[in-house]
Amino acid sequence: MSKYTEDDLKKELETKEYEYGFYTEIEADKFPVGLNEDIVRAISEKKNEPEWMTEWRLDAFKIWQEMKEPDWANVTYQKPDFQNISYYSAPKKKPELESLDQVDPELLKTFEKLGISIEEQKRLSGVAVDIVMDSVSVATTFKETLAEKGIIFCPISEAIQEHPELVKKYIGSVVPKTDNFYAALNSAVFSDGSFCYIPKGVKCPMELSTYFRINEGGTGQFERTLVIADESSYVSYLEGCTAPQRDENQLHAAVVELIALDDAEIKYSTVQNWFPGDKEGKGGVFNFVTKRGLCETNAKISWTQVETGSAITWKYPSCILKGNNSIGEFYSIAVTNNFQQADTGTKMIHLGKNTKSTIISKGISAGKSQNSYRGLVQISPRAKHARNFSQCDSLLMGNECGAHTFPYIEAKNKSAQIEHEATTSKIGEDQLFYCNQRGIDTDKAIALIVNGFSKEVLNKLPMEFAVEAQKLLEISLEGSVG
Amino acid sequence: MDLKEKLEASFLAFENKVSTDIDSAVHDIRSAAFTYFEQNGFPTRRDEEWKYTSLKPLLKHDYNVFPEAETALEYAAVKKYFLHEIESYKIVFIDGVYSSFLSETTHDGYDVCLLSAALKRPKYKMVIDHYFNTIASKTDSVTSLNTAFSKEGAYIHIPKNTVLPKPVQILHFSTGNEANLLLQPRNLIVVGENSHVQIIERHQSLSKNVVLTNSVTEIFTNKRAIVDYYKIQNDNRAASLIDNTYIKQQQNSIASVNTFSVGGNITRNNLEFHQEGEHCTSNLNGITIIGEKQHVDNHTLVHHKFPNCESNELYKGMYADRSTGVFNGKVIVDKEAQKINAFQQNNNILMDDGATINSKPQLEIFADDVKCSHGCTIGQLDEDALFYMRSRGIPKKEAKGLLLYAFANDALEKIKIPELKARITKLIASKLGVDLGFDL
Repeated sequence: MSKYTEDDLKKELETKEYEYGFYTEIEADKFPVGLNEDIVRAISEKKNEPEWMTEWRLDAFKIWQEMKEPDWANVTYQKPDFQNISYYSAPKKKPELESLDQVDPELLKTFEKLGISIEEQKRLSGVAVDIVMDSVSVATTFKETLAEKGIIFCPISEAIQEHPELVKKYIGSVVPKTDNFYAALNSAVFSDGSFCYIPKGVKCPMELSTYFRINEGGTGQFERTLVIADESSYVSYLEGCTAPQRDENQLHAAVVELIALDDAEIKYSTVQNWFPGDKEGKGGVFNFVTKRGLCETNAKISWTQVETGSAITWKYPSCILKGNNSIGEFYSIAVTNNFQQADTGTKMIHLGKNTKSTIISKGISAGKSQNSYRGLVQISPRAKHARNFSQCDSLLMGNECGAHTFPYIEAKNKSAQIEHEATTSKIGEDQLFYCNQRGIDTDKAIALIVNGFSKEVLNKLPMEFAVEAQKLLEISLEGSVG
Repeated sequence: MDLKEKLEASFLAFENKVSTDIDSAVHDIRSAAFTYFEQNGFPTRRDEEWKYTSLKPLLKHDYNVFPEAETALEYAAVKKYFLHEIESYKIVFIDGVYSSFLSETTHDGYDVCLLSAALKRPKYKMVIDHYFNTIASKTDSVTSLNTAFSKEGAYIHIPKNTVLPKPVQILHFSTGNEANLLLQPRNLIVVGENSHVQIIERHQSLSKNVVLTNSVTEIFTNKRAIVDYYKIQNDNRAASLIDNTYIKQQQNSIASVNTFSVGGNITRNNLEFHQEGEHCTSNLNGITIIGEKQHVDNHTLVHHKFPNCESNELYKGMYADRSTGVFNGKVIVDKEAQKINAFQQNNNILMDDGATINSKPQLEIFADDVKCSHGCTIGQLDEDALFYMRSRGIPKKEAKGLLLYAFANDALEKIKIPELKARITKLIASKLGVDLGFDL
């Protein structure tokens, strides 16, 4: 047994600075702060967008102006000043896409620190990475392989140019401009994001992946992701995030729309490890995201998320089960430590017959953090034989944190079957004792127990993420129990 | 003139009428409560706490706010509403006015009497000062409205070390003699150390006139006291009820509230338990069986403030036709309150397609060493079980009734007065349309 005691570990964790907290100096092409119609127009112009897109943005901006910032979530924070944010920032030296040599060496260094060397990713994991750095995609790999299958995977700004018919048809169809305050804001000012289209009957041969980073201080990042799986197709999409350490709060208001047409399946996985603020609760990313998927007949959408970062997380990846026999799944681990606040969960809207949904949510809170699960299961009058199973478990470490559950269950059809259960517990002393007795030290034991607690969700992650996610859990939590 | 304006106009007249109260403190409480109501008005569906229940259909009626004369009722005519099989104390109100003829009160060793008397007589001043309006919410406009017009209701004060030999029945009748009625009874129940009391409460309308009852009950259980409270809600379709019950528990006390909602138009139960000492137990049970266009909203809060306490919550609901059921169960565990066991269960069956259930079981936990769980299910009767019974010659209707009865049974088992249990069992069987054919 090592002499490394729990207290040492606790101290180490408390003082442990955000590992990925570095700041890359790249000259950014940045707009003046503030938001008005001209800025919206300017963003659109910068992107060379067609007229309909500009109009669409302006319309969203008008809607946004009339909306109020929501305050129902169980989080407290200093509301961002929307006139004090620069709405566009792109690395100035726009590299060519064919070869890595042309990418800014500074950028490459950043990627190396993050451990996502593009070359290695290419060779080892077979993951196509669409790297998004400060809103503009700078490198796209595996594009040709995908193109052979007819799969379109590109920055959304490119898709607007090259596949306007697809974008026009689907953008805003799942998350309308009027949906909520942040969705409207995103619709008006989104800078870039990913676009993915899987043609009929195609099974995407690799996990598609994007890496988001928020870089330039004071820039809000407004991603827009649109994934369309045409009939009988399959795609697994990965999204992972790290952000450099900055003192001022950074706003992230992304919109993700998934469309699964008949018999299609989309698997969307997220590992989120943005800067959570230091241990005094200073700084950190505000993560206000709208994620929603639409399932047509026999389609399936599965959300998996591991949320360990961000000062404030406020997101509800949802499924609209429109088609008959469609399936929605939501697997989530949300970890909060120090002063982090998370209000996350899902919405399962059952519209079609024989629709099924599963919700597994694991909340782990430590330090002075607050962790909330907020979910809605809605069975419409016409959704015959709908089935839902929800489970939300919370694990508390210490008595300065809080765990909350706000499940809303609305059933309007008599054939609905809904089960919801929630438990709150702590790591049992007897469990720890059992491990210690067998020569496993306390921090290892905690990691073991936490991993066991979250196993149901970790199992759902693609291989590439599972390892990273487990590491993240360990970093965020070990030693939190005294 | 809408109801709020009418109430505002009536408040001054009301204050003048009850000015015989010697206690100016009560006057201040009423004024403050009224100001709150004036500022906030009736809750709407925009309020998170009223998201699923709209009071709108109730507020459009023109209510008589001050029922006057004491209407006489023959005991024979209302006997069936009493639990008459056993001896009991009775506090009976007709149209909000105390009926001495039907009541049986006492001051012998303990007080089972009227709040109006307690508010007026100097000898009760200390109790009133110490307890009255201390736990009823001051930030809830419906409760505030009741506080503003609080004048009459049951007053039960049990001193230390006393077990009441018979239960207390509180009955509110409304007759057809007045027009539409707004009733606002206010009950105060104080149970001393080591004492025990059983209370049965019922609201009954005897006519087709619209009745809205906005009731507030404050219950204080001192150390090791036991309170069993039964609410029978089987009113006719013209009557609606907003029932607000606030319970404050001291250490080692046990408070149980059993709510049986089978009647009425719109019923809203606000039930709050505040645990103010260690080793408290709070029990909440409910059975809801409704149909037509009825609406029942059970809104509960258990606030654990001290360690080593327990709460058990079990609500069963069966909804037919176009009825709506709402369950909102909130459990808060403060960070000092370690070693809490809090269990919450809400099971629902939707019997028809038009029926709706909105359930929101909510946990807010700030302590780490607790065992808290909640479960919520919405489902149907087991087809196999139905088939099994039918294959053995039990008709479908009876089989269904038996299964539903079995479903509700967990909550029925908690009734501690055998006669009452038989009564409620019969009531539930009749609601389910079955003759249970075995002795209960």
